[in-house]
Amino acid sequence: MSELTGLTLKAALEGLAAKRFSSEEITTAHLAAIDASSALNAYVVGTPEKALEMARASDARRASGQAGPLDGAPLGIKDLFCTEGVESTAGSMILRGFKPAYESTVTSQLWRDGAVMLGKLNMDEFAMGSSNETSAWGPVVNPWRQQGRNADLTPGGSSGGSAAAVAAELCLAATATDTGGSIRQPAAFTGTVGIKPTYGRCSRWGIVAFASSLDQAGPMARSVEDTAILLRSMAGHDPKDSTSIDAEVPDFASFCGRSVKGLRVGIPREYRVDGMPAEIDALWEQGIAWLKDAGCEIVDVTLPHTKYALPAYYIIAPAEASSNLARYDGMRYGLRVEGDNLTDTYEKSRAQGFGAEVKRRILIGTYVLSAGYYDAYYLKALKVRRRIADNFDQAWQTCDALLTPTAPSAAFALGDKSDDPLAMYLNDIFTVTVNLAGLPGMSVPAGLDAQGLPLGLQLIGRNLDEGTLFSLGSALEKAADFRARPAKWW
Amino acid sequence: MAIDAATVRKVAKLARIAEPESRIEPLANELNGIISWIEQLNEVDTDGVEPMTTSVAMGLPMRDDVVTDGGDPAKVLGNAPRAEKSFFVVPKVVE
Repeated sequence: MSELTGLTLKAALEGLAAKRFSSEEITTAHLAAIDASSALNAYVVGTPEKALEMARASDARRASGQAGPLDGAPLGIKDLFCTEGVESTAGSMILRGFKPAYESTVTSQLWRDGAVMLGKLNMDEFAMGSSNETSAWGPVVNPWRQQGRNADLTPGGSSGGSAAAVAAELCLAATATDTGGSIRQPAAFTGTVGIKPTYGRCSRWGIVAFASSLDQAGPMARSVEDTAILLRSMAGHDPKDSTSIDAEVPDFASFCGRSVKGLRVGIPREYRVDGMPAEIDALWEQGIAWLKDAGCEIVDVTLPHTKYALPAYYIIAPAEASSNLARYDGMRYGLRVEGDNLTDTYEKSRAQGFGAEVKRRILIGTYVLSAGYYDAYYLKALKVRRRIADNFDQAWQTCDALLTPTAPSAAFALGDKSDDPLAMYLNDIFTVTVNLAGLPGMSVPAGLDAQGLPLGLQLIGRNLDEGTLFSLGSALEKAADFRARPAKWW
Repeated sequence: MAIDAATVRKVAKLARIAEPESRIEPLANELNGIISWIEQLNEVDTDGVEPMTTSVAMGLPMRDDVVTDGGDPAKVLGNAPRAEKSFFVVPKVVE
C-alpha cells in the first residue's frame, strides 16, 4: 500500500488540486495495489488501460483549469452497474461476457465529474446475498482477520467487493447498491462507511435490477465526508428512471462537521434482539453516549412492526426479482443453452445460468405471485410494508434520526451460514426496514470487537434528509476516532 | 406441508427453470422452511391497510410520445447469443 492509496477521497482531491501528484500517479498506485490483491478476489474485471487513459485525460483537464468535482480520483464500480463496452455480469454466469452498449446514469455522472474507473467489483449474484458467497466468480475475502487467526472471513454482501476494495485501499471509494442492507452490512463488516440514500435519490437506470421498489445505489468510502462527496455526484433526477426524485441535490459534504446540538435521536427498543452479542449492545450504548456528549437529545421510540420487516422483505424482494429476472431468457443477450424447443431452451438456459440462491428466490417469488397465493402472501406483505413505513412516520413525530446497530454480528467465516438461507437472511434484520420505507440509512465504523473485527452503527433519517445523517455520522466518526486498518496479509 | 413436490415442479415450470428430479424434494424442504417463517406475517392486523407498492409518493411522470433513441441494430444485437443480418436468431416458435 503506497501513501497515495491510503488517502481519503477528500485528501486525494486536494492533493490533485494542489498538483502534489497527478491522476496518472495515483491511478498507477491503485492499479499496482489491485495487481497484488488477487487473494481478496475483490475485482472481477480490471480496466487498467481505460483507467490510465481516463487519468491522463483528467490531468490534461486539470492543466487547462477545467477540473470537475471528482477529477482524477480512481474509483471502483460494483459490477451491478452497466458500463459501456466493459463486461458487466452482476456476479452471474448468465451474463458472462455481457458488454453493455450503454453506461448507467450513476456511473456516467461520475465520469462527467472527472472520476477514473479502475474496474468492476465482485458481488453476490444479482445482489442476492449477505456474504458474497453467491457470486458466480467466487467469494470476496474480507481484508480483516480475527486476531491471531487465518480463517477467511466474509466481507458481507452483496456489495462485498466494494467494501473489501475500500478497506484494502484498492480504490479511493466505490459505488455500491442496497436492496435490503447490501451497502450498510458490508460497510460494518469491513470498517468502512456506507450510505444508502433515500429511494429515488440515485437513478436506477443502467443498474441491473433485483427488486425495483427497493434497489438504491450509494457510495462506500473510508470517511463520512468521502461518502458525502461521492453521493453528490451519484445523485440527481433522471427522466430515464420513473421513480427518480426531482429534488435538489445539496452539497452533502457541507453537512459534515456541523453541530448536532439539539438534534433528537431516537433509540428504537425493538432493535434489541435476542442473542445479539453483548459487544454490539455495548457499542450501541457507547454510540448513544457519544451523541449525548455532542449535544443530542436521546429519545426512546417504538417501531412495533420491526420483526415483520424481514419476512415481508422475503416476499416482496423475491416477487419483484422473479419478474425482473424473467428477462434472462437466452434470446437477446446472456447465456443460451440450446434445447429441443423454445421452452426447453428457456428452462435449460436459466437452469445453467442462475446460481442456487437466485433460483431459490425466483421460485419463492413465483410461488407468492401465483394464482391462489397472491393475496395471502404478496398483498399481505405490501400491507405490512405500509405498517412499517407508518411506524417510522410515527417516530419522526418525536425524533430527527434513529441510531441502531448495523448488523447483528461482526464478519463471520466464509462457509459458516451458506447452508442455511434463513440464518443468512437474518443478517439484514436491522437494515431491511429502511429499504421497505424508502428512507436513507448510513453505517459508520464505531469500534472493534474482542477479536479485533470492526463493528458499525447505523443512522436512519427522514426522507431526503441525508444531510442530518452526514452531520450525525461525522459526529460519531469524530467521537469513535476509528483509525484501525486491516493488517496486510494478501 | 404447504409446498409439496408437485408444487415445486409447477412453480419451476412457471419460472422456466429446469430443476432436476433430485433437487425437487430438497427444494420443497427449503421453500417450506422459508414460507413457514414468513407465515408470522399473519399475526399483523392489516385490516383496512392500503398495500404499499412504492415509497415514492408521486404519479408516473409523462413525456412526449416521440422517438428518443434507436437506429443502431449493431448495438442492439451486440450481445446476442445468435444473430443474422439485423435479426435475433431464436428457436422455432410456430410450427
